[in-house]
This record gives sequence, C-alpha cells and structure tokens, in this order.
Amino acid sequence: MEHFIDFFSLSTPLIRNVVLGSILLSLSSSLVGCFAFLRKRALVGDAISHAVLPGICLAFMFKGEKDPVTLLIGAFITGWVSLLAVDFIKSRTRIKEDTAIGLVLSVFFGVGTLLLSVIQHHPGYYDQAGLNHFIFGNAISISKTDLQVFGSVAIAIIAVIFIFYKEFVLLAFDEVFLSSMGFPVKTLRLIMSILTVMAVVLGIQAVGVVLMAAMLITPAATARFWTYNLKHMLVSAMLIGAFASIMGAFISYLTPSPTGPWIVMVLSLVATASFFLAPKKGIISRGLRHWRFKRKIVEENILKTLYQINEQNNTLNFSFTKEEILGRRKMNALDLEEGLNRLTSQGYLIIENDGFKFTNQGKRKGQRILKLHRLWEVYLTKYMNIAPDHVHDDADSIEHIITPELEKKLEEELNYPRTDPHLSTIPYKFNSSNQVTNE
Amino acid sequence: MNDFWIILTAILVAIPCSILGCFLVLRKMVMVGDAISHAVLPGIVIAYLVTKSFDSFYMVAGAAIIGILTTFLIEFFHRKAQVQQDASIGITFTWMFSLGVILISVWTRGTDLDQDCVLHGEIINVPFNLWITTAGNNMGPINIWFLGIINTLIIGFIVIFYRQLYITTFDASFATALGISASLWNYLLMGSVSFVTVSSFESVGAILVIAFIVAPAATAQLLTDNLQRMIFIAIGVGVFSAIIGYYLAYQINADVASSITAVMGIVFMLTLFFAPQYGILQRSK
Repeated sequence: MEHFIDFFSLSTPLIRNVVLGSILLSLSSSLVGCFAFLRKRALVGDAISHAVLPGICLAFMFKGEKDPVTLLIGAFITGWVSLLAVDFIKSRTRIKEDTAIGLVLSVFFGVGTLLLSVIQHHPGYYDQAGLNHFIFGNAISISKTDLQVFGSVAIAIIAVIFIFYKEFVLLAFDEVFLSSMGFPVKTLRLIMSILTVMAVVLGIQAVGVVLMAAMLITPAATARFWTYNLKHMLVSAMLIGAFASIMGAFISYLTPSPTGPWIVMVLSLVATASFFLAPKKGIISRGLRHWRFKRKIVEENILKTLYQINEQNNTLNFSFTKEEILGRRKMNALDLEEGLNRLTSQGYLIIENDGFKFTNQGKRKGQRILKLHRLWEVYLTKYMNIAPDHVHDDADSIEHIITPELEKKLEEELNYPRTDPHLSTIPYKFNSSNQVTNE
Repeated sequence: MNDFWIILTAILVAIPCSILGCFLVLRKMVMVGDAISHAVLPGIVIAYLVTKSFDSFYMVAGAAIIGILTTFLIEFFHRKAQVQQDASIGITFTWMFSLGVILISVWTRGTDLDQDCVLHGEIINVPFNLWITTAGNNMGPINIWFLGIINTLIIGFIVIFYRQLYITTFDASFATALGISASLWNYLLMGSVSFVTVSSFESVGAILVIAFIVAPAATAQLLTDNLQRMIFIAIGVGVFSAIIGYYLAYQINADVASSITAVMGIVFMLTLFFAPQYGILQRSK
C-alpha cells in the first residue's frame, strides 16, 4: 500500500518520468497500431520492431555512448529498411508476405544480437550496460532527457495523425476512393509508415523489441470489440494502452523485473477478458444470442407442426402427444420436451388428455409461421424458378427471420395466393372457431 | 574437438528446421511458426524450473503440448472471437512470451536460464555438458544425442507421412475429399514445429530459431518448383550457413547462433538477386 501511494502520487521525479513516459509512448503506439490493425498490417509492425535492434547497436558503435537522439536515428533507419525489405521481397518475388515478414524479422534480429555480442566482447564499449534494455524494455530507466526527446516525438506523432485524420481513415478503409478524390496516396502511405516506425522506435523503450508487436496490435484489437465507431475505437485503444503501461510500470517498480512483459501481460488479460465479455461482439454475448435464437426456432417449429397435424384433421381443437408431434416432424426429443414446457408456461399451449392443445395465442402464432413457410415456397417457385420439391428446406430456415414488414410485402408482391406449390392452403385469416377455413 | 561439436550442433538444429520451414512457407504459416517459437518459452521455463535441465523429455513433451495449444488459441481467437488472423497471432505470441520472460525474471535468478539464453541460446556451452555413463564412459555432449533423436523423429515423420503432408499443403479440399483431415495434419505439423523449437532452445534461443526455419526454405523456394528438391536445397543452405556462420563468429568474436542467422540472410539476399529463374535480375531482364 505504501508503494502504491508512493508510485501513484508521483512523489519523486523518477516516478514522474516513468509514468509520463510510459503514457506518452503507449498513446502513440496504440494510436498508430489502430491504423496498422485496420490495414491488416499488424505483423509488419512486428518485423519493424525486431529490425530496430541492429540500428540501435550500430548507432551505439558509431557514437560510443547511449545518446538517445543517435539511438533513435539508428533505430529509425534499420526499422525503415526492414519495412522496405518486406515490401520489396513481397512485391518483386514469388515469396508471400508471411514468409517475407518472418524472414526479415528474424534475420535483422540475428544481426542485432550479433552486433550486441560483438559490443559486449569488445573492451572499448564500457557504456554498453543498458543496451539490452531495448530487448525487454525498461520504463523504469527513462531519464529526464529521454523523456524530453521521446515525449516530444510521441506528441508529434499524435499531432500528425490528428491533422491527417480524414485521409488516414480513407487510407485504412478505401484506398481506391482516396486516390480517385485526388489525394496523394503514395505520400500518405509514406507518412503513415514513417509514423509506424517512429512509434515502434519509441515504444521499445517501454516494452522492448520482442514484445513491441503487442503495443501496436493488442489495444487496437481490444478496442475493436467495444465499439463500431472509429473515433471511439482510437480513444479506447489509447486508454487501454495507457492503463496497461502504468500498471506494467507499477508492477515492475514493485518487483525487480523488466517493464515490457508486465505491460504486455496486463494488455493481454484486458484483451482476453474483452473477447469474452464485450457487449454485442463478445463470445458470451454472441453465444447467448445464438442460444436464444435456437430456442426460438424450436418453439416456432413445434407450433407450426402442431398446426399442421390439426389441419390434417380439419380442426384446431385436438390435443396431440409428444410422440404424435415427433411422428410428423423429426426433432431432438430433449429440445421438444423443453420447448413444449416453455410454450405451455408462456400460454401458447395447454395440456389436455396427456397431449398439448393450442390456446388462441398459440393458434395465431402457429398459423403465422405456416403462412410464412408456404408464402416463401410460392415466392421461390414463382420468382426464382426453383422446382416445387426443392423449396421446402429453404423456407424452413427463412420462416424464422421474416419480419412483419417483410411479411406484408411478400403478401402484396405475391397477391395473396390461395395455395402453396404443393397445393396446401395458405392460412391468412385467424380463425377463433376451431374449423380450418378453406377459402 | 569443441569446434566440431558446436558445428555439429548447429547442423543438427538446421536440418529439421529447414525441412519444416519448407512446409510452413508453402502453407503461408510462417508467422504461426514464429508465434509457436515464442510461445513455447513459458513451457520451457516451467519445465526447467522443475527438472533443472534443458535436455529432458518432459520439456519436449510439455512444449509440444504448448505448441499445439498456441495453434489452438490462435484459431480460437480467430474463429470464435472473430479477431482478424494477423492480430490473433500477434496477441497470442506476445502474451505467451511475456509470461515466459516474467517467469525467468522472477524465479530463475542464478541459474543457466537467463535472458541472453532466450535471445540467442548458448551454443558454445554445448560441448561442456557431457553424457557420462554410469560405467564412466564419455559418450560426448548430451545435447548432440538429444538433437540426434529429434532429427530422427522429424525426418521419420516427414518421410513416412510425406504424401499426407504434401496433399494437405497444396490442396486441402482435395485432401478432405480423399479422407485426409487437413486440420489433423496441421496440428501435427505445428506440434513438430514446437518440438524442434524446444530442442533448439539451448543452442539458438527462442527467437533466432525462426530464421533457421524460414531463411533456408525461402531461399530454396526461389530455386525450384519441386517440393522434394526444395527440401534438399533448404537443408543444404542450412548446413552451409551453420559451418560458415561458425567461422564468421570465430573471426569477429561474436555469438555463433546470431552469426549463422546473418549468413543465412546473406545467402538469401544473393539468391534473391541472382537466382536463375525467380531472381530479381533474371525477372527484370
């Protein structure tokens, strides 16, 4: 608790640097990541982040010390080269994108670790101690100069995206339209990729090169689950990224472990929770919808079948047992049992003589489903020229999703046909007496 | 003699990686392979904490399970949660990898397993970890035996089931029509990838192994249209790079696995430009 207060009251300059730094870094990478995600180029970010390592090592060898500006420039150059390499290999040879990405990221990374081992074995580079922070990230080591440099770059990235917002949205969703409007697509693509490389170069300070992909992809993919609105998605991705960064920095402040893995751990947990719990798009919510719909289909099929058996007997007043319903239409016995119970308790059916009998309400509903079924069969034979013996299955599934508006249109379009293609009467009029009408 | 053991280790890592790489490249599943190679890390750490050794078969068995689990998780996020494929790969492997690094930083202080090992392995330590029988005979480095068994298993797997792998790679729907389950062979292949990743962990680490998998295969893809020839060329590139890479590392006093990776990159680049049929110079003529 004491640590908690220490950390979140931002009492010391060290903690202030860390918190401010991680927030800025994660804001820029989450924002850029959303666009990479929408353009389906998320894994290219992974290649760039691995490719940053040799640049950092070369810059260090060139300068002989860890000057943040030099390291940034070095990182930017090799990150940029890797992006060009992926596009070059992909567009100029038979090699596919995934192979190009895997190849570039692993070879660049290998060159990076090669240089790193050379630096470590070389007595001349005495200042190399913190270089491997770039591999797993260490937000705790962000100094005041780092903060000034990284912070201003991060703000610049966010500002550029704000200025070109409209163009970037079109770039993500409809490049062709963008170019037909006369915008310079190539230049915009170039600006976007420069921003991506910049964001990666900054982000590795917090999470390191190996896990940087998560800073780009995970907040965007998570935010996508909570909203269909792009602006909301960008803002939520930034909030998720910032939250995870602060939590990650806090945990690594408590335990002597690198920041990067903890940030990614928090991000991944938030993401997985969202995949399950998010309203509308979440797995649970979609599963629930699916389950409810399946129950509705079972209920409607029971009512329809009951109506059909009654119809054969020219009355709507008989009660029928489970076995008789099953004899007319095959369904899962358990589904039928539960469906009948639900329909009885909802007042569509009543139990009489060990069988099930329609109430007026049930009669009306069964009649409607059967009407829709037969109308659709007429529609298919008349307009789609499908043979009458092929229309049943299609009608069986569509009858459950036709809305009242569509129902009305269908009736008018077909001009209230008397019978379906199998010459069964289509029941229009609700009949509270128990005779089946044949008009 | 140590030189010989190190080069032999590198070759024994390169061979199964190159073979599996050919299938991954052709199936456009390189990034799933990349994800698996990162994701086995927590499995390795846990097995290491339990057994204190890299060469245990618990580790391999555990890792094969984790590899299949990763494949499943990627599919699950993609199919059930409807996350787009590239994002589901990215989320899964970073999550697993972060778990591994956290486990290392919290529980493995003062052991052989450190962050350097994750990055590029410690192939130079291989010759010093010897298998001494109870009778006192020196049987050579234990890792060589271990890799030898893995090689036998992978090569056996590919030779015996070549037909199934071939058909599911090039025409999954035709395979299904023949009664060969595409998803079963997919999982078996991914299981083998995690198998190989884990067995290579001590010598080349969890990240560079993907270069061993993809670079020789991509090079071979530029040189032939025939799968069998592609596999042999990939093995050749892998073995060649392992030998040259070792001498390069020796010359510039650098890490061996990294330098093999760099040589693989150079070989690929030369092929990219000068390949007889699919090279860029040939194409632009």
